[in-house]
Amino acid sequence: MKIALGGITSLLAGDGHRDRVVPPTGFTATLTSFTSGAMAFLVVFAMALSFASARLADRWGDALAKSATLRISAPQAEIEIQLAAAMQVLNTTAGVKSATVISQEDQQKLLEPWFGPDVPLDMLPVPVLIDILETEDGFDPDGLRLRLAAEVPAAVLDDHSRWRRPLISAATRLSLLGWVSIILIVGASAAMITLAARAALAANAQVIAVLRLVGAQDTYIAAAFVRRFAARAFVGALVGMVLGAMAVLLLPSSAQQAGILTGLRFQGTDWLWLLVIPLFAAVVAFVATRLAALKVLGELS
Amino acid sequence: MIELENAAYSYGGGELISDMTLSISSGSFYFLTGPSGAGKTTLLKMCYGALVPTAGHVRLFGQDLRDMTRDDIAIARRRVGVVHQDCQFLDHLSVVDNVALPLSVAGQSGLADNANLKELLAWVGLSKRANAYPPELSGGERQRAALARAIIMSPDVILADEPTGNVDWEMSQRLLKLLVELNRMGKTVLIASHDLSLIRAAKSQVQARVLRIYNRRIQLAGADL
Repeated sequence: MKIALGGITSLLAGDGHRDRVVPPTGFTATLTSFTSGAMAFLVVFAMALSFASARLADRWGDALAKSATLRISAPQAEIEIQLAAAMQVLNTTAGVKSATVISQEDQQKLLEPWFGPDVPLDMLPVPVLIDILETEDGFDPDGLRLRLAAEVPAAVLDDHSRWRRPLISAATRLSLLGWVSIILIVGASAAMITLAARAALAANAQVIAVLRLVGAQDTYIAAAFVRRFAARAFVGALVGMVLGAMAVLLLPSSAQQAGILTGLRFQGTDWLWLLVIPLFAAVVAFVATRLAALKVLGELS
Repeated sequence: MIELENAAYSYGGGELISDMTLSISSGSFYFLTGPSGAGKTTLLKMCYGALVPTAGHVRLFGQDLRDMTRDDIAIARRRVGVVHQDCQFLDHLSVVDNVALPLSVAGQSGLADNANLKELLAWVGLSKRANAYPPELSGGERQRAALARAIIMSPDVILADEPTGNVDWEMSQRLLKLLVELNRMGKTVLIASHDLSLIRAAKSQVQARVLRIYNRRIQLAGADL
């Protein structure tokens, strides 16, 4: 830990002369910058996906939790009796905050997207729906179903969990997938930068020989490469992050369309996470290059 | 200062040098001679820790190379100035930056602009070439720049491997004069060379001992030199 902190301090402080001992050009410079830029661009999208999925899961969870629907399908002659019995059961069930019969107008609105505005509901065998709101503690759905089965045989309780859980689960997993993608991208970046660092070290064998001749310790030689790679990774990731953020901004906003895509833009403080990307890329490059350099220098002795 | 005790070095199944015992004392001036491939460079490399003997012991400032870590050797090497025949430089840095490199390595880069550096470049006759780049230098200038780099840390020992190999007679005499001058300042000098005329010239200026590697072993050369 002490070594790592020392390395980071050294990275930030720099040493003008030491920074120049490694020749500035080479394909590894381009490779590191391009890799970091491309990976940062992908990380922006993975982050956007992850945040959007998390928001979706929260929205579905919040919107549908603590509510349930009771559906009564019975012949017209029995519907009033069944409805009264159902209301009686619901009003005496612990955990039920309120039970409201959905009016014909509201049902009409619910069905409009599928059947159009002129649905003759009175001509259709549409069930009676009761909107149930739960208290904080909620009710026992199994207990309520047993009571309804005994007292209101035409009633079917839908506590939304049957379809809400898989949706929330899918959104949560999608969010997790986003973070796993970020981890994979970081790992791939570290691997690419490690390869580039090893190639740079191999290409600069004469530089290393000269430095060793004049008494340079491995940490000095490694630092000369590490600082340069970290700087390249930072700049590359900064460019990639800006391009990625611009691309995310071009996605449709929630005001324009509905659906999952609406939430893909970063919202509020989510934007701040983007600032972490170049810094993190520099840290990944720092660690990957330092480890690679010290290993190669150990092998060279 | 530098001691070899039955030191040997093998590589690729063959023994390059065998059973060498030698003690290089402070302030002495040595020549190491022998035909090409005799093992002069190998011996020199052991003297500054670039090679660790495969048998026997080499002690650098009292520390056995076998007991030293890479960092220990690197730090000890700052007390040894090395000049190679092919004198490698960092070609993208100017002469003055190359000469100041040991200061940067030792964490004294603040001293790189000091008067000593300018004085040193003047001493080796490179004041006007300070901002040139190594590929722009002649063979003699490269050797003098390498010498300046080797002594900027005021090392206790100067090891030179065929320092006059790529320069004309006049330049070799100039380099020799600098090395003799350093020895008079109290520095220990060990020069590996097969140039007998250089050795003869040196013996007229300084009390130099001549070691010869013969049949992979070291011996004190006779009066024939």
